[in-house]
This record gives sequence, C-alpha cells and structure tokens, in this order.
Amino acid sequence: MAQRISVDISRRGDNEPDGSFNCPACGQRLNPGELAENLKVCPHCERHLSLTAGERIGLLADEGSWSELSASLRSADPLEFFDLRPYFERIEEAEYDTGLTEAMLAGTARMHKMEVVLVVMDFRFMGGSMGSVVGERFWRAVEHAIETRFPLVAVCASGGARMQEGMLSLLQMAKTACATELLSEVPVPFVSVLTHPTTGGVMASFATLADVIMAEPGALLCFSGPRVIEQTVKEKLPEGFGRAESNLEHGQVDMIVPRHELKDRLVQVLGMLEGGVACALQPLWEEEAGPPGGGGALAKAFGRIKSFANPSRRPPQG
Amino acid sequence: MPTLPGVHLKDEITKISQRLRELGGAGERRGRSDAWEKVKLARHAERPYTLDYIEQMFPGFIELRGDRCFADDPAIVAGLAAYQGRTLMVIGHQKGRDLSSRTYRNFGMPRPEGYRKAQRLMRLADKFGIPVLTLIDTPGAYPGVAAEERGQGGAIARSLVTMARLGVPTVAIIIGEGGSGGALALALADRVMMLENSIYSVSSPEACASILWKDAAEAELAARALMLTSDDLDELQLVDAVLPEPRGGAHRDHAAAARIVKEALEDSLRELELMHPQERRRERFEKFRRVGVWREDGLTLF
Repeated sequence: MAQRISVDISRRGDNEPDGSFNCPACGQRLNPGELAENLKVCPHCERHLSLTAGERIGLLADEGSWSELSASLRSADPLEFFDLRPYFERIEEAEYDTGLTEAMLAGTARMHKMEVVLVVMDFRFMGGSMGSVVGERFWRAVEHAIETRFPLVAVCASGGARMQEGMLSLLQMAKTACATELLSEVPVPFVSVLTHPTTGGVMASFATLADVIMAEPGALLCFSGPRVIEQTVKEKLPEGFGRAESNLEHGQVDMIVPRHELKDRLVQVLGMLEGGVACALQPLWEEEAGPPGGGGALAKAFGRIKSFANPSRRPPQG
Repeated sequence: MPTLPGVHLKDEITKISQRLRELGGAGERRGRSDAWEKVKLARHAERPYTLDYIEQMFPGFIELRGDRCFADDPAIVAGLAAYQGRTLMVIGHQKGRDLSSRTYRNFGMPRPEGYRKAQRLMRLADKFGIPVLTLIDTPGAYPGVAAEERGQGGAIARSLVTMARLGVPTVAIIIGEGGSGGALALALADRVMMLENSIYSVSSPEACASILWKDAAEAELAARALMLTSDDLDELQLVDAVLPEPRGGAHRDHAAAARIVKEALEDSLRELELMHPQERRRERFEKFRRVGVWREDGLTLF
C-alpha cells in the first residue's frame, strides 16, 4: 500500500535550476529557502509538506540533544522476498536515497530542556513501512522510556506493514501494541503525532494507542487508504475523507497542531501529564524564545535541519 | 521482565540460521509450491466457519451481541459456551454461505463495532475468569468510509491491547483466512494455532500483487512470496502448532475438523490453566516481543 501514495517533493524540484517547484496543493511557486524558513509549510495555502526524519528531529529536539538508540539494527531478508526486484535491493536503494538506516529512527532528545524518548518515521524509506527493525526499535525505545521515565513521543508517517517481511511485519503490530501496554503500566506519558500519511498497520497499532494523539493539518490518517476503499467496495469518497480534520470531527484524534506550534504543544501536554501544572500557565520556553517574531528558539531550530539532512551520512554506493 | 536480546536467544539463533541456510540452498521452500492451492482451500465455500465449529463443539452456546456504543456487527460472533466443566468465551469471524447471509455477515469483514464487541466480551470473560477462544477467518477488516470514520485503525489497535492485557488463558485458531490486521486483532493469544489448510498473511495475495507486481493477476506469485501457509508460518516459528485436517480438507468433514480443533483446544487449555495469570501474561509478552528478524552487528537475529 505504501509505495503508491508517495509525494516526493525533493525530486520534483530537481528539474528547476533554483530547486523551486509548485505546491502540490495550491500550485503556487515555492522557493526551497523560503519554504524551509516556514518549516516546509506552504505560505500560500498552509499545506504541510512532508518532513524527513532528520528535519523532524531538527524541528523538535533542542540543539545537539539528539542521541540515537539502537542505531545498529538493520533489516534482514528472512523470506528471501523477490517481487519485481529483490527486497535487499530495495532496502539498499532506500538507504542510499534517504541516508537513513530504516523507516524509523529512535533516540533520546531534549525538547525545551525536557528529556524525552523520541521516535520519528520517514515516509521516504519504503513508504515508512513497518518491518522487524521498526518494531524492534519501537520496543527498545519503550524500554528506554520505562527505564528512564522519560515520556515517549512518536511521530508517525507510514503506509502500513512491510509486505516484504510477510507475517513478521504484521506481527509487529502485536509487538508494538504490547510495548504501549508496558508503558501505560508504569505509567509513562506517550503522545503520538500523526503526519501525512499514517495508514494501515501503524494506524492500527501504536499510533492510535497513545495517551494523547496529535495530528498535523491536512494529513491523511486512516486504516484503509482511499484507493483501496474505492476499488474494493466501490464507495464514493466524501470530500476530505480520512484527513486530519475529518478524524478530529469524528473523534479519532485529540487535536490538530500546526507545525509551528508542535514543539511547544508537545512539551506543554507532556508536562501536564506528568503533573507539571505550571507548564500550562507559564511555559518554560517563553524566556528562551524571546519576543515574538524575533528569531526565537524554534526559528533557529529549523536552521539546523540542513545539518541533519546531510548527505555525508549516506552509505557508500553498491 | 524485558531481558537483553541475545542472552537467551543464542541457541535459537544458531538453530534457525542453520535451518535458513539449508532451506536457502534448496531454492524452493517446503510449502511454497502449493501456496495458491492453500489459498483456494482456505477460502473454500464449504469450509467450516465459526458457527459450524460452535454447532459441533458447544451445544447450548449463548450468543452475546452488540458493542454498547453503536451497533452489533454480524461479521463477528461471540458468546458463552459450556466446555468440559468450565465456561468458555468464544469469539470468531463469521462469513456467510449464500448471497443473503454473505451480505448480512459482510463477507466476514468486521467494522469497528465488531472489534469493540470482541473487546467488551473479552473484558467480561476476564472479570469472571473465563478462558477465551478466538476463531479467525476473515479476508480483512472492512475497508469502508463509515468504518474509517468510526475509527477502524484504533478499534483494531485496542483489540490488540485488550488481548495483551487479559489474565485468563487465550487460544487463537486460524480456521480459514487470516487476512491482515483484521485477523490479527483477535489473534494476540497465549497459543496461536493454524489449521493445515488455512492461511495467515500480512496482505491478501491479490492486494500484494497489485502493489508490488503492479498486476493483481500475479496473485499466485505473491502467495508464494508472502509465506502465508501453515507450513511457512511453522517454519518461521510464528505459530505454536499446525493442526492436521481431515483427508482432503476440513470442508469434507465438518465433524472431524471440529474434533481436531476441540482436542487442540483441550491440550492448550490444560497447559495454560496450570500457569499463574502473571506467568501467562509474561510469556505472552515475551513471545510477541521476540517476533522479528533483523541484523545487528553483523549477526542475523530472530
């Protein structure tokens, strides 16, 4: 399911010398520099374009605070899966294209000085699909959160279970669900952020098992994708089907948070779940951020995005 | 509770990697060649469904209905059964045989209210110490607009957590089609068993083929690649047991199939009931925690 929803804006930009491209929603010309300044939100129509895992970490983590967990995990090919191309070749290509080791990165970070365990998914890596490594990274992140009592933040973007690992992938849903149950026994606060698109097996496991569920504006969040529904049951889809706004209306998410407010809101909610009522009244980052519009911490944070997306992390070709 | 992986896995790793090497060398794995035959058998219209097993195994079954929120979903049947001097909560997907019953049962594809009914009744069983038996037979959760609006994904996720949490013994048997998340939602159990000619898959072979091969007609190839037969899953150690079917398949003899299921259930329950609830729960978590194959520092780990 994953591979068909891909909206790869970085490649679309390649055919213009200055890297500019048209917003997929409103068609307005977008300049990459200005776009990064605006956290990859279209200034004309507010469309939230996808962030890479590195960009997301740059957005959420305090400078220099990210430290990766279980970085050495890599996919194996237990089924020796071969469709039109072998699975290991698809993995290698995804590693090369994204500079990532899997569709999910897990680590610890500080957000406005609050220690958190952060897991971030990247849709570019085989459609953000969940296989053995994603499940194991999530489990270990949960174990770390339980050990340290740091709250868990999961930023989701996924087309579902990874077919190339067959039932091993499907059972990652059971595995991650068990992990969230261990978290809630402690309890450690767990907030998920559903970004475009979050569907299938991830939507039907840890993404919807968080204590508080946030969604980015306009994100497609559903179990069965629009195409599957149209083809299988020939149902006409209503306008805005499965989008964050529709999910909010139908009671499936707690709130929609624009990207500019995401970090503040996360810290606020996590702080309150941990009993820090003061957090709501006087957010601890206000001082740090300085006067509005004056290049506060958040604006600076996005400046670091490029360093996370550094191509030097790519594995050697071949 | 969570232990270092690798510490107790060493023997397993050696054993399995050796097995994988042998199998890899043989080219074609056992079970792969007849994957499509198994898909057809698993979907056979005369194959016994949940209510057929209930009729054979549990005279006096009392059906309980409704999710107490929105509706009753006929694609999942559930209720109380008397069994060997104890009460049992039986929950299973239900398909239909003729046009009207197929429509009524929605082809065995549950909506969120089906999963919510299952959760409600599992909690009920837990409250009174009643073991839970689930029978799995669905093409998948229903892909529809209204189902999405009522939170299909969240309903499946909460089914998983509900089953993870239970203190009572749980046994899941895949009796026909184990289709994707809609099947797994009822299969997070202490013992997971498969009938010989059933399938259990991350996606239907047709859907997989249309996505990876860009052609739904390649479903046969996809069925082979996905490793969805009982032999395949036994080999991957993802099911606890494979139950042999009557000669020719379960559809030939419903009564015999029910006897086999009944025996397997009895054996599992006898084992599980000797354990402390905490121990059952610990083993259940450990079992699902260990699912997965990955490489770490050059080693392939199961």
